[in-house]
Amino acid sequence: MTTEQGQLTKGGAFLIEATSPENVFTPEDFTQEHLMIADTTRAFVEGEILPNSETLEHQDWDLTVKLLRKAGELGLLAADVPEDYDGLGADKVSSALITEYITRGGSFALSHGAHVGIGSLPIVFFGTEEQKKKYLPNLASGEKIAAYALTEPGSGSDALGAKTVAKLSDDGKYYVLNGTKQFITNSAFADVFVVYAKIDGEKFSAFIVERGFEGVSTGPEEKKMGIKASSTRQLILDNVKVPVENLLGEAGRGHVIAFNILNIGRYKLAVGCVGGMKAALETSVKYAKERKQFKTSISNFPLIQQKIADMNIRAFVAESMSYRSTGDIDKQLEQLGNTSDGRVVAKAIEEYALECSVNKVFASEGLDFVVDEGVQIHGGVGFIQEYPIERMYRDSRINRIFEGTNEINRLIIPDTLVRKAMKGELPLLQAAAGLQSELMGMLPMADETEVLGAESHLLEMAKKVFLFVGGSAVQKYMASLKEEQEILANLADIAIEIYAMESSLLRAKKAAAAGKNADLKIAMVQVYSREAFARIEGYAREVLAAMEEGDTLRTQLSVLRKLTRFQPVNAKALKRQIAAAVIDAEKYLA
Amino acid sequence: MDILVLLKQTFDTEERITVENGKVKEDGVRFVINPYDEYAVEEAIRLKEEHDGTVTILSIGPSRTEEAIRTALAMGADEAVLADDESLFGDEYTAAKVLAAMVKVRNYDLIIGGNQAVDDGSGQVAVRLAEELGIPHISTLTKLEINGTEVVGHRDAEGDVEVVTATLPVLVTAQQGLNEPRYPSLIGIRKAGKKPLTHVTAADLRLSPEDLTARTEIVETYLPKPKEAGRILQGEMNDQVKELVHSLTNVEKVVG
Repeated sequence: MTTEQGQLTKGGAFLIEATSPENVFTPEDFTQEHLMIADTTRAFVEGEILPNSETLEHQDWDLTVKLLRKAGELGLLAADVPEDYDGLGADKVSSALITEYITRGGSFALSHGAHVGIGSLPIVFFGTEEQKKKYLPNLASGEKIAAYALTEPGSGSDALGAKTVAKLSDDGKYYVLNGTKQFITNSAFADVFVVYAKIDGEKFSAFIVERGFEGVSTGPEEKKMGIKASSTRQLILDNVKVPVENLLGEAGRGHVIAFNILNIGRYKLAVGCVGGMKAALETSVKYAKERKQFKTSISNFPLIQQKIADMNIRAFVAESMSYRSTGDIDKQLEQLGNTSDGRVVAKAIEEYALECSVNKVFASEGLDFVVDEGVQIHGGVGFIQEYPIERMYRDSRINRIFEGTNEINRLIIPDTLVRKAMKGELPLLQAAAGLQSELMGMLPMADETEVLGAESHLLEMAKKVFLFVGGSAVQKYMASLKEEQEILANLADIAIEIYAMESSLLRAKKAAAAGKNADLKIAMVQVYSREAFARIEGYAREVLAAMEEGDTLRTQLSVLRKLTRFQPVNAKALKRQIAAAVIDAEKYLA
Repeated sequence: MDILVLLKQTFDTEERITVENGKVKEDGVRFVINPYDEYAVEEAIRLKEEHDGTVTILSIGPSRTEEAIRTALAMGADEAVLADDESLFGDEYTAAKVLAAMVKVRNYDLIIGGNQAVDDGSGQVAVRLAEELGIPHISTLTKLEINGTEVVGHRDAEGDVEVVTATLPVLVTAQQGLNEPRYPSLIGIRKAGKKPLTHVTAADLRLSPEDLTARTEIVETYLPKPKEAGRILQGEMNDQVKELVHSLTNVEKVVG
């Protein structure tokens, strides 16, 4: 089944359907306006942030606030705020581009991201008309800075286990909040906090808390491993009287806000990581060309070239995935008439919750891979603070932890899928049943005549592997599957690799069909598809071996083998080719 | 005050130049507003903010020039005219003729251009245009003051400052240091898409074939030779001087 052009792709549908290249958004589809927004962000980072890197790393919060205001003057804080509240109401691709390019300025991006994303968006999406009018214009301009307070010392991944309480005052005019929030980005200087607390210790709810309210204070600055240019403290609420009109959303429905905001945090985190990968790659390539050993630049050594190729490929794949999802969200919003009704927007993003988790895991692990190889290319000096790669390496690590740990996100992927199937939104069970009969007969062959025909076939087979293994797991464990976290993680990894393979494949095909020079993209897809496919086969084997034994296992493994036959390519030659282009250009290339 | 700005799109100064088949290769190159023209755009917008009026961008170049023009519009210019008809492309002589024809149908008090374009660096077009129009010009400005119709320009005269006065209408060219160009804001970018950008052809401008015949010819395009390591002379001062003279006259043949 192929999704027709212009038709909306359902979240998670990529696992059971084929999508045609013209139906995905790719970076080659950026409009002139998108590119200009990226340019302004780049110019802002190069002109205002990078020259101040050192000062920002040493936590000069006055400077951070000043630069946030400057960003505000340029509109870099206003993309997601509707026009009615002095924002730009821009599409999500624009907002993603800002995030990607801001990341090149180091962890100032965290201050920016926490403000425009998790800080402001709860009000954009769930605020009342009065709340929006009161707060959004100042947040869009940077006059006021926002922060988001969900985590507590005792509740991280288990966000709903929060201990902060809210109690309605006797006169019914205030909620009195008591508790401590932990790891609050922007807490040193934020004016507005979105705080979660349980009304009467039960009803999980969100509140808008101003810094000026009596009883609001922050703890000492945390001494962090990385992202040092961002402020992280505890937020302490000691009998804080919050006016009842500052309840955000409905009492007891705070989880709806929290989960929606996490979805957004995740897709933005992914594009941010894409920016980080490109920056780490560029600084590493430049260094490799300068650094001479054995009388030649180390960039002339194939093992260094291999790293450069791998880094570029990882960035390419992550970029393809995250802008594809962002484009899907925009398409969904367009279908809804580009509404400024925040709840509708949040719903549109929620449709792609699975993709948001997929991208978050892939991009954060991709960035960790890229900065790690970046340090390796730098050798000893990569360990010295004078070189930006050292900071990039430390800054990267947190991405696998916040916005839902990668473990939680891996569990979310199969969970969301099953939920969608149960609600009848995705024909998952039908697809699994269809596969059963298909496995009895002849499997389709690759169409080698088409561009990337072999890789398209690999993708098709990968989806069958997912259905086969996932279907077997559901049959085997039924409702108790959720206890089998290792198997769920394996299934999530297969799903992630499928989205990675497909997004990069469709992007290359789309560019080739448009008559653009797609040689490099094609080479990257040829390499990545096979590496991913081999990993998928490994995950599948692990799952089967955990579930069955003896003859049943042998039969299942033979089915898996039938699904996973493939011809290798000369990855060594392709990577040398990819690296040569990247080294020549001294920048990320797609 | 109605201001016309002359704008050329050029290579980003950070791009590496490669020559292929006798031409500079443009594939995958990032193009920007010529940095000196960017000062011109900024100055025009500042003057407009101070004195009211309009800022119109005039440009000659292929259709990709639109990107640079949109950036200028996003910075705050009001409208733009682009001569992207290939028969209008030539050299400094023809460019001045084309621009003069574009200027003559408009009202203006001030024309601002860059001091030179960073690509071919001739520094001729703007001053030739002033000649075509029969108006005075002040070049390489680092400061510009306008009171009523009185113009005071501080020009960079090989490291010294020369203060020149003139009366509007006048043409001036911008030197580095004139101002710090703004970044286009997101709201500016959005508005830029709706601002008028008209295209003109040779027919619109009624130029004669004579006007459009370039007076110069590019014989060859090549990259400078890669720089070789220098040589440090040693020994007695007298011997060093002798060696230096010998090298300059006989080896390097730069003094003859």
